[in-house]
Amino acid sequence: MFPAAAKPDAVLPGFRLGLGYTLTYLTLLVLIPLAGMILIAGQLSWADFWATATSERAAASYRVTFGASFGAAAVNALFGLIVAWVLVRYPFPGKRFVDALVDLPFALPTAVAGITLATLYAENGWVGQHLAKLGLKVAFTPLGIVVALIFVTLPFVVRTLQPVIEDIEAEVEEAAATLGATRWQTFTRVLLPGIFPAWLTGFTLAFSRAIGEFGSVIFIAGNMPLISEITPLLIISKLEQYDILGATALAVVMLVISFVMLLVINLLQWWTANRYSKGRDDEPSKAPGAVALAGARP
Amino acid sequence: MTTRRATAEPRWVRLLLTAVALGFLFLFLVLPLIAVFWEAFANGAQAYWEALQDGEAQSAMLLTLTIAALVLPFNIAFGVAAAWAIAKFEFRGKSLLTTLIDLPFAVSPVVAGLIFIILFGAQGFFGEWLAAHDIKIIFALPGMILATLFVTFPFVARELIPLMQAQGRDEEEAAVSLGASGWQMFWRVTLPNIKWGLMYGVILANARAMGEFGAVSVVSGHIRGETNTLPLHVEILYNEYNQIGAFASATVLALLGLVTLVAKTIVEWRMRRETEMLTADLPPEKTELPPSVATERP
Repeated sequence: MFPAAAKPDAVLPGFRLGLGYTLTYLTLLVLIPLAGMILIAGQLSWADFWATATSERAAASYRVTFGASFGAAAVNALFGLIVAWVLVRYPFPGKRFVDALVDLPFALPTAVAGITLATLYAENGWVGQHLAKLGLKVAFTPLGIVVALIFVTLPFVVRTLQPVIEDIEAEVEEAAATLGATRWQTFTRVLLPGIFPAWLTGFTLAFSRAIGEFGSVIFIAGNMPLISEITPLLIISKLEQYDILGATALAVVMLVISFVMLLVINLLQWWTANRYSKGRDDEPSKAPGAVALAGARP
Repeated sequence: MTTRRATAEPRWVRLLLTAVALGFLFLFLVLPLIAVFWEAFANGAQAYWEALQDGEAQSAMLLTLTIAALVLPFNIAFGVAAAWAIAKFEFRGKSLLTTLIDLPFAVSPVVAGLIFIILFGAQGFFGEWLAAHDIKIIFALPGMILATLFVTFPFVARELIPLMQAQGRDEEEAAVSLGASGWQMFWRVTLPNIKWGLMYGVILANARAMGEFGAVSVVSGHIRGETNTLPLHVEILYNEYNQIGAFASATVLALLGLVTLVAKTIVEWRMRRETEMLTADLPPEKTELPPSVATERP
C-alpha cells in the first residue's frame, strides 16, 4: 500500500526503519483489530445486521447521542467564539491563567468530570438546586448528557478559532471602518466570513468527539433505555449480555460514522488552509489543522 | 489606544463579552474543579486520608501507573519513527498514512475496547487458542495495555509531524555529510530540536493513558484489587454511593490533570521562546547554519 519510494537523492538514513516500524505498529495495533471487527460483523446476514442496527432501542440511542452531541457542539460554537474573541482581543487580569485553563477538559479524566457534573447538577447540587426552582431537571435526563458533552468538547472551538482571530490583519478592519461600516457590520460581513471555515472545523471536531464520548456521560445521563441511553452504552450492555454480534453491529455503525466525520474534518481543514493561504504565500498560515481530535497543538 | 478606536468595540460590549466568556468558563471549568475537592473533603481531612489509604485505592493507583509506564515507551518510539518517515521523506500514500494515524482519535473509546474483545475474548478469533495455552489477555493487564496503547496511539506522532516538517532536513543532512552516523545525527541533532514537541506529546499521552475510562472499562472485567485502574475505581465507589471515597480518588486524578496543564503550559512557553529566539537573533542567511551542528564541529 505504501511503496518504499523515498526520493532517490535522499541522504538521510532511517527511512526504511521509520516507515517499517510505523507500518508494522499501525497494522498490528489499529488495522488488524478494526478489520477483525468488520469480519465478525460479516458473520451477520445483511437482514440481521440491519435489524440490530435499526432496532427501536438502537435508533433511540442514535437520536440521544447525535441530538446531545449537536446541542453541546452548538453551545460550544457560540460560547467558544466569544471566549476565543475575548482571549485574543481584550486584556484582563489573569488572562494567561484563564487561557491555560481552557484545556482542562483534555487533561481531566472523563470519569472525574462525570461524577462531578452529576453531583453539581443533581437536584440538591450547587447548580441543580437553582435549576430545579426554575422547573429544570438536568442530571439523569438527556439535558445532563448535553452538559457533560459541553464540558468534554469545550476546548475545540476556542482552540481552532484563537490562531485564526490572531491572524486577522488590522488593515481589513480599518478598511471596513474607513468605508463607513459599523462595528457590527464589520464583524458580520468581514470578520465572520473569514473565520467561518475554522469555526465550522471547531464545531465538527467537538461534534465528532462528543459522539464517541462515554466516561463523562454515563454518570449524569440516568441511562434509561429509549430516553437517555447513548449508543456506546448500548454497545456495552449488549456485551454484558454476551451479545457480541449485536455489540459489533452497533460498533460498525459508529465506526462508519467516525470515518465519515474524519473525512469531513479533513475536507474542512483543507478548505480552511486554502482560505487562509490565499494571497499570503509569504507566510505559512497558523490556521490549518491547528487542533487534533484529542488535543490542541501549540 | 486612539489609533484603534474605529476598529474596537464600545466599552460596554467589551465588558459584556468578557463577563459572558469568564462566566461560561467559571460555570463549566472552575466550578467542577472546586466541587471535586469540596466533595472529597466533605467529611474532613481525616476521612479523606483514610479513603486514600484504602488498599483497593492504592492498588488501583499502582495499576494506573504501571499501565502508563508500559504504554508510553511504545507510543514514543512509534511517534518518533512515524514523524521521521513522514516529515523528512517523500513517498506515495503519505497523506493516507497520516489520516490512518489519526484514526484512533476518531474511534469511540468503547469501540476501541470492543475490538480487542473480538480478537482475544473468550468467543473471539484467538479465544480458544489463548484458553488452551492458559494466556489471559481480556479481563487482565495485557488487554488493558492494548486498549490504552490504542487510544493514546496518535498523540506523539501528531505533535512531531508538523514540527519536524517545519524544521526541514537541512540540519540532519549537514550532520550526515559531516560524517555523523544515523544514531549520532538522531541523538545530537534531531532529538535536541524536537525535545519540547516530544515532551508535549508525551504529557498529553500520559494524561490520557492514566485517565482513560471507556476503552479500559470494556476490557478490564472490573476485578477489585486486580484489574481496576483509578478511574474505574472511582466509578465503582460512586455507584456504591461511597461519595467520599469516589471523590478522594477523583482528587488524585484531578491533580494529575492540573499537573498536566501546568507542564503543558510550561512546555508551550519554552517552545514559543525557542522559536522566537531562532527567528529574532539570527539574520535569515545565517539560519541555514544550524547552531547545534556549528557548536559541535571539532
